[in-house]
Amino acid sequence: MALELTARIDHRDVEVALTLASGETLAIMGPNGAGKSSVLAALAGLLRPDTGSAVLNGRELFNAGPRRNWVPPHQRGTGMLAQDPLLFPHLSVLDNVAFGPRNAGAGRSSARATAQHWLEEVGVPELADRRPAQLSGGQAQRVAMARALATDPQLLLLDEPMAALDIHSAPLLRRLLKRVLAGRSTIMVTHDVLDALVLADRIIVMDRGRIVEEGPTAAVLGHPRSPFAASLAGLNVMMGALRGASVLTGDGVTVTGRLADAGTPDGDPCVAGAPAVAGVAAFSPSAVSVFLAPPQGSPRNCFALAVTELEPHGDLIRVRSGRLAADVTPAAVAELGLVPGMDVFFVVKATEVSIYPA
Amino acid sequence: MPGSVPPKVAVRGSNRWEYTAVPRWVFALAVIGAAFILVPLIGMTVKVNWANFFTLITSDSSRAALWLSLKTAGISTALCIIMGVPLAMVLARSHFYGQRLLRSLILLPLVVPPVVGGLALLYTFGRQGLLGKAMDFFGINIAFSTTAVIMAQTFVALPFLVLSLEGTLRTAGQRYEAVAATLGAKPTAVLTQITLPLVWPGLLSGAVLSFARSLGEFGATLTFAGSLQGVTRTLPLEIYLQQELDPDAAVALSLVLIVVAIVVVALTYRMPRSTLRTQLAGP
Repeated sequence: MALELTARIDHRDVEVALTLASGETLAIMGPNGAGKSSVLAALAGLLRPDTGSAVLNGRELFNAGPRRNWVPPHQRGTGMLAQDPLLFPHLSVLDNVAFGPRNAGAGRSSARATAQHWLEEVGVPELADRRPAQLSGGQAQRVAMARALATDPQLLLLDEPMAALDIHSAPLLRRLLKRVLAGRSTIMVTHDVLDALVLADRIIVMDRGRIVEEGPTAAVLGHPRSPFAASLAGLNVMMGALRGASVLTGDGVTVTGRLADAGTPDGDPCVAGAPAVAGVAAFSPSAVSVFLAPPQGSPRNCFALAVTELEPHGDLIRVRSGRLAADVTPAAVAELGLVPGMDVFFVVKATEVSIYPA
Repeated sequence: MPGSVPPKVAVRGSNRWEYTAVPRWVFALAVIGAAFILVPLIGMTVKVNWANFFTLITSDSSRAALWLSLKTAGISTALCIIMGVPLAMVLARSHFYGQRLLRSLILLPLVVPPVVGGLALLYTFGRQGLLGKAMDFFGINIAFSTTAVIMAQTFVALPFLVLSLEGTLRTAGQRYEAVAATLGAKPTAVLTQITLPLVWPGLLSGAVLSFARSLGEFGATLTFAGSLQGVTRTLPLEIYLQQELDPDAAVALSLVLIVVAIVVVALTYRMPRSTLRTQLAGP
């Protein structure tokens, strides 16, 4: 293991335990305020956990136990790249990148040579003499990347590195990250499922300060067990109490589906008389049909709803109703005369619904 | 045109009309306010005896006072930087019990009459003072010396630098400092290579304010240091003295003091703008 972390941060109510294999890229996803950035800050030494410890490549970063130990940020060997590139405004691009090597004791010319090398690595050697204020957002983030890599960090911490970039710069930087992250131990906080799919080997989903889901990226998104992971995967999610192969939601709606076999906890929750277990029903918007009147026959789920929004979604129209969505053809929208505010029925076959214990 | 976005920064010299929500009577009061400051300056300037101006300001006592003022104000500004930068950093960056109280007390010299400040210094460092007795034992006597002038000036000027720099430090935030630390910079390296360059404009304007306050110091100096020509009689003290003996000289020296102040202020405003500010304003 390159990294082993357990930490509890009381004032943010964050409690996590995670490991990272050498050369692995781990994505942390989760809703705002889930504590993702706190985990990175604790590893970088910018936040002091109340309990726990971290060991990076055999060296203790902190230990909040009885044998107290705290390595300050500048001795940790962790590189950090945030949403905001935070290039030092009073230094040229080259000197920004040379800052790390200089402070590691390299001479001026050798630090600048290292900096030039990394600017070439990230594809912007021609920007060396510019001032940070003269760069575009994408350029600045590349330079910030070069600056973080120039210190040859043992652990790279990326905090939504592409969140502030425009739609054209993000793919370029993502391609760059794909290249430079290969073989580098990295933890990346992201909101973008594409980042997780393209860049990460493994994904952790956090919610309210706890890790709620963990596993290989494809597995987590393919069989989401938390509502957040399901919404990341673009699925409709309904939560409630598990009743056999159905979920009874808080407002009295029953969703029936197939009980997903993967990872059912010990003890069959379907046994009658067992205490209520929370369950999640997930289904794809493309599995939903929209009707003006409730259809007859076949074991189908039918939800009476009002349309809140219509928006284009590829070649289809996404019909939204609160947190649920249905993808239908433009022809169907025209035929049904769908407009926001209209009362409709969302219908989905039970075979299209996956039910999980949450 | 609806939907068009006005430029963020008005181009200097452009006469682009822009709606302002300032009522006219506010302009009228603003004019009175500006006149209140500018008219007395004109009033004094017309009183200047231009025929003898040069003789008046180059007399032995005038030159001694001017030189003493510049020297002591320069040294006290340096002392303000040496003590004020750490003070501002501690106030802006760390959190400790009694911090708010400490800040209020440090800013006291701004509101306490300088004479009171001078008395406080006298009863602390004077021959009979709290620390003065012990210092006297070692043969150190500060009161009524040039050192006392510098101490009086530093006492009244220090809050200006602390206040200005603390505000700039808070605005700049700690994010650049955190990045520098993760790049391996030790705290002292972060201070000298990141923090100070970023807050340079605040430090500079704080230092200029301190210098100006030191240059104009009168009450605390007179109380704690007295008025000995060439030793403790700075320009403001000389002007006050000449007001009784030779009003023409007092007016001439006042003009010199104003010119020095204008030069200092102008130099500050000619300085390049903060790199941080241009960065934040965007390209």
